[in-house]
Amino acid sequence: MATGLLGKKLGMTQTFDEAGIRYPLTVVEAGPCTVLKVKTVQSDGYNAICVGFGEKDLRKFNKPQAGLIKKVMGEKAKVGFKTLQEFRVSNPEEFQVGQVLTVEQFNAGDLVDVSGKSKGKGFAGTIKRHHFSRGPVTHGSKNVREPGSIGNSAYPGRVVKGRKMPGQMGNKNTTVQRLRVHSVDPERNLIFIVGAIPGAKSNLVTVKPSVKA
Amino acid sequence: MDPITSFEKSQPKLDLPDFNIGDTVRVSLRIKEGDKERLQPFEGVVIAMRKAGSRSSFTVRKVSYGVGVERVIPFYSPSLQGLQVMRRGDVRRAKLYYLRELRGKAARIKDKKDW
Repeated sequence: MATGLLGKKLGMTQTFDEAGIRYPLTVVEAGPCTVLKVKTVQSDGYNAICVGFGEKDLRKFNKPQAGLIKKVMGEKAKVGFKTLQEFRVSNPEEFQVGQVLTVEQFNAGDLVDVSGKSKGKGFAGTIKRHHFSRGPVTHGSKNVREPGSIGNSAYPGRVVKGRKMPGQMGNKNTTVQRLRVHSVDPERNLIFIVGAIPGAKSNLVTVKPSVKA
Repeated sequence: MDPITSFEKSQPKLDLPDFNIGDTVRVSLRIKEGDKERLQPFEGVVIAMRKAGSRSSFTVRKVSYGVGVERVIPFYSPSLQGLQVMRRGDVRRAKLYYLRELRGKAARIKDKKDW
């Protein structure tokens, strides 16, 4: 049963099929993720698994987290996990604490959803952020990259909620759905996904079986 | 080796004769018409090359019935079935985009001397 997997975006490349059609590929180093805790409806009110991914000095954790990791990895453990995360599962009885999840749960041709932080664009104006049009540059115009009118006057006498305005763009969690897995390399924990995924290289991403598969 | 480089090195590639910018080449491209496959030759001047692992490509330009036609051909494309160097050109630039502005006699390329 495939569940979510944490990974690192390594970059993009491309490949061809026999017909000569070119596909963009994103390479993700996903897993291995260690199951640290299994939550069930009886114990926590919902079904989920807690997994750890990556490496981080165990001295840098607070005591409850370090205790949890030591319980799974042994008292002598020196390194913990860089990322701890929960994934909802429908069948918690299939997972045991200490179990290691790898890319082998995905096969070529599977559809996956990939989430991660998108590249930050900072405080962006309406043209970049919402694809507004630009005003005229000449003939005395001072309305070059301005947002324009944001509403009426006395009625309704306020700005309508949801009005598109300048603001922070990017650097927020984004999911790309229904991406096809091109191939999987279990030896090096690699998963090749057709298409682009959020974020820059070395971005932390989660790869899950697609909800729309 | 980082995974992307090793993946790109593992991609299959056809062995091609050495050619360079300014050369006139005849490229055999596999095309599909309905369910029949055939090789289509495309002969023209190599006006650009992009070297980027398995994403490398080159651009061939020819003038067909007075209309300029350019094809960007990936080195690693399975459609690329063969390449023949017809003439070696003597050029001083890596990108011959200036040919797009030239017509007829002005758009000729000098042959390499020792070829």
